[in-house]
Amino acid sequence: MEPITAPDINFVTILPEAVLSLFAMALLLLNVFIPSPSEQKGYLGYLSFIGIAVTFFFVIAGWSVSPGMQSGFGGEVVQDRFALFFKGIFLIAAALTVLITDRYMHREECNHGELYPLILLATAGMMLMAAGNDLMTIFLGLELLSIALYVLAGFNRADLKSNEAGLKYLLLGAFATSFLLYGMALTYGATATTKVALIAACIARHGTITGNPLLICGMLLMAVGFSFKIAAVPFHMWTPDVYEGAPTPMTAFMAVGPKAAGFAAFVRVFTIAFPALKPDWTPLLWGLAALTMTVGNIIGLYQSNIKRMLAYSAIAHAGYALVGFTAGNTEGIAGILFYMLTYAFMNIGAFTVVILVGKKGEKNNNVGDYAGLAYKHPLLAACMAIFLFSLAGLPPTAGFVGKFYLFSSAIKGGFIWLAVIGVLNSVVSVYYYLRVIVFMYMKEPEEEFDWLTITPPIILSLTLAVLGVLTPGVVPSYLLSLAQSAIQ
Amino acid sequence: MNYTILNLMTFLPLIGALLLLFIPKENHGPLKAVALGVSLVTFLVSIPLVTGFIRNAEFQFVQDLPWIAAGPFVMRYHVGIDGISLWLVMLTTFIMPIAILSTWSAVEKMVKEYMICLLLLEVGMLGTFISLDLFLFYIFWEIMLIPMYLIIGVWGGNNRVYATVKFFIYTMLGSVLMLIALIALYFKAGAGDFSLDRFFNLSLDPFTQSWMFLCFAFAFAVKVPIFPLHTWLPDAHTEAPTAGSVILAAILLKMGTYGFVRFAMPLFPDATLRFTPLFATLAVIGIIYAALVAMVQEDVKKLVAYSSVAHLGFVMLGIFALNQQGVSGGILQMLNHGVSTGALFLIVGFIYERRHTRLITDFGGLSKRMPLFATIFMIVTLSSIGLPGTNGFVGEFLILLGAFESNLRWYAIIATAGVILSAVYMLWMFQRVMFGEVTNPRNLTIKDLNAREIVVMAPLVALIFIMGVYPTPFISRMAPAVDRMISLSKAKHQVAVKQALPQGERHAAYSEQ
Repeated sequence: MEPITAPDINFVTILPEAVLSLFAMALLLLNVFIPSPSEQKGYLGYLSFIGIAVTFFFVIAGWSVSPGMQSGFGGEVVQDRFALFFKGIFLIAAALTVLITDRYMHREECNHGELYPLILLATAGMMLMAAGNDLMTIFLGLELLSIALYVLAGFNRADLKSNEAGLKYLLLGAFATSFLLYGMALTYGATATTKVALIAACIARHGTITGNPLLICGMLLMAVGFSFKIAAVPFHMWTPDVYEGAPTPMTAFMAVGPKAAGFAAFVRVFTIAFPALKPDWTPLLWGLAALTMTVGNIIGLYQSNIKRMLAYSAIAHAGYALVGFTAGNTEGIAGILFYMLTYAFMNIGAFTVVILVGKKGEKNNNVGDYAGLAYKHPLLAACMAIFLFSLAGLPPTAGFVGKFYLFSSAIKGGFIWLAVIGVLNSVVSVYYYLRVIVFMYMKEPEEEFDWLTITPPIILSLTLAVLGVLTPGVVPSYLLSLAQSAIQ
Repeated sequence: MNYTILNLMTFLPLIGALLLLFIPKENHGPLKAVALGVSLVTFLVSIPLVTGFIRNAEFQFVQDLPWIAAGPFVMRYHVGIDGISLWLVMLTTFIMPIAILSTWSAVEKMVKEYMICLLLLEVGMLGTFISLDLFLFYIFWEIMLIPMYLIIGVWGGNNRVYATVKFFIYTMLGSVLMLIALIALYFKAGAGDFSLDRFFNLSLDPFTQSWMFLCFAFAFAVKVPIFPLHTWLPDAHTEAPTAGSVILAAILLKMGTYGFVRFAMPLFPDATLRFTPLFATLAVIGIIYAALVAMVQEDVKKLVAYSSVAHLGFVMLGIFALNQQGVSGGILQMLNHGVSTGALFLIVGFIYERRHTRLITDFGGLSKRMPLFATIFMIVTLSSIGLPGTNGFVGEFLILLGAFESNLRWYAIIATAGVILSAVYMLWMFQRVMFGEVTNPRNLTIKDLNAREIVVMAPLVALIFIMGVYPTPFISRMAPAVDRMISLSKAKHQVAVKQALPQGERHAAYSEQ
């Protein structure tokens, strides 16, 4: 009888996910067994923040320990710097979200305790997506992430728009995920494996397979599935409605985390599994990038609801990151990593201000409601201005450095026209970002903004966000080299 | 030689702005005093730049520190000045205290933020003039936009939002195209940093030079402004508060012309040669067209704004003449324009503070009530026209002489008509505002200049005469750098020429001037 070989599990590779999931389940149990009215769910927030910090510690430990790659579960999961960088991004996004959630949920009277475990589980799903070295693992992470997010989007049960957001996200998300799954199945059919590295090996072994319609279709369908997650045009139609309807802290989380997770999986699958098909997917990505940037920015010009405007800006920013992906060189991919990190700070920062200015029942979310904010709350308006300038891509913010890096990678790769489209889109986007600043600084205040209460967690999150936006803008070397080293 | 002078000078206003953060916003007095003090100290710190300047073509007071090293990019904090940027830096540090002093009573709301914006603007402007690293230049160029946008938009006139958004987007459109060309240039140059000297020795094919030149030129042409990209200027100038207009006219517009002299022309000599007729034409159109439009303006500030376009058309003509007289005249005229148009905007500001209107028809006969004001106004008007004895004459004369001697002769002849036109609209405006009978009863009680306003105008008037009578100190320090710029801009890349033309026509195509 043959000896049974123990599978190579190597738990170290999923330590962050495991820790975070344990925390999530502990919080669920605490929520059930410790009865507390909805005003006092804050302790769950503090505990989840601690959980995120502990997980972050493990991520940093993993970074400094192994520059190489550690794989676990028989090659299904991998712990390399690429995955660890993205895990860091997800944890930062989750931490900032947790800081700003409590007041909002209390105001909207939907402060159910399940909120925090769901956020933590969604983050665990994202981390699994980034760490996945097998199509099935990526799918597993995607599903964990998505299901948690469907609930989070519809969390405000009393609000019609939130219900619509949740349902829309569920239906469209399930539909897009099925495309992804079908693509994975077709790829499996063509290469007889779902492990990313082995797919590449199979393609390398059988050179003629690059023309195989099964493989090409598989690749295309997977691209569709991933494009839905990162909200690339023309798979973006869910974004404005879901972002507008979901509770604002959840919108902040959704705009950053799943997008970065989608990019992580997209980049890993395409650059590791399909490098031989690069001549095929580069024009595809070129078109996606150009279309996404343009449509996102132009429609964003017409938005008066600030959440919808930020939703279209999120679409446009996915487009800028796609430019780096199209370039396909190390600067491009490093640019995506850098951009996703800094985008987390500026976007969540902007949404924090949206939470503060908004009133109960999702009122006061129009751009016009920001009139005169600078006269009543100068520091807050200055923070918002910094975030908006960073989103627009003006020096000396991180947004500029990120765009500079991405467009340079495109120029280096020879895609000069794509870079030109990118910068022209930046100029277009300046208009709608500036419009908010115009209202804040150049119009008379119409109300007293007295409902605006700034609690210590919010101060912490705003400070972190401002630092995260300004520091890489002035001294970007550290983060940029971090991103470069994350790509082997 | 103290090498940290440039750093001190550039970042002192930033320290001042940070200091202002700690002063409570109700104390208008201390806020203004600190801002004025900081800008005066900056000016004093910049004086050793003139006295310690060596008359050669090298970059001086150079600081070269490592800054960013990430991936393929190396950017250094590389700053320095030469004869061309020396005087622009001095103009900036000179005008800033005057501008700050002039807003003593003009702005009442959010004084703290206003002063902070002005000081941050000074940092941006100084940084642009001293940068020798292309990336650093770009950063400072863009940083400048935000304070100016806020200054016009928050403290400006009735139509300020439209004017400031137009200004911002127009300028940024140009800048981002320059960014693309910048990055492409960097990758063409191979491994290294963004330092300017590295790119001067690069030999690029004419097509690449052309599109890169056009990208750079587009950014600078918006700033100068060159017809037909000038439409943002009248709105921005009229809607800006007085200090904003003064700084916009005196310094910000010079950045466009400085960009041509420092970057666009020396980096791409073949393209410069090729596009000289285009830019010379646009310059002359700007001179004549702007003068004609200025003639029919009813708003004094808009009239002065259009006169700026006309004056800078002269500067562009001089620069593209690419000889010693033309370029020196162009740079000198940049300084002259800063002084005289800055003074004009200050004067308009004085009138506006008193009567809260800028329409010419609301005035008339003011000279009887405000003799001192009338005198100063006359001096500045004559300087703007270019009367011999004032600084305007020296600059314009050198430009026209230089253009006449180069192959831009016919452009010079047409441009000379512009001198007459500028006399027409300026003198006519002066006559309608200052001379004649007092037609509006509200002008009977108008007050003459107070002590602060005299202090504001005196240095400018003094400079008008000093630069008009004795421009040698200015020109002598510029001359070597101008020579260097001309030789770089005229460099003939023999390789490219050999490939482009058949043997026999090679020497006839590029004739020496």
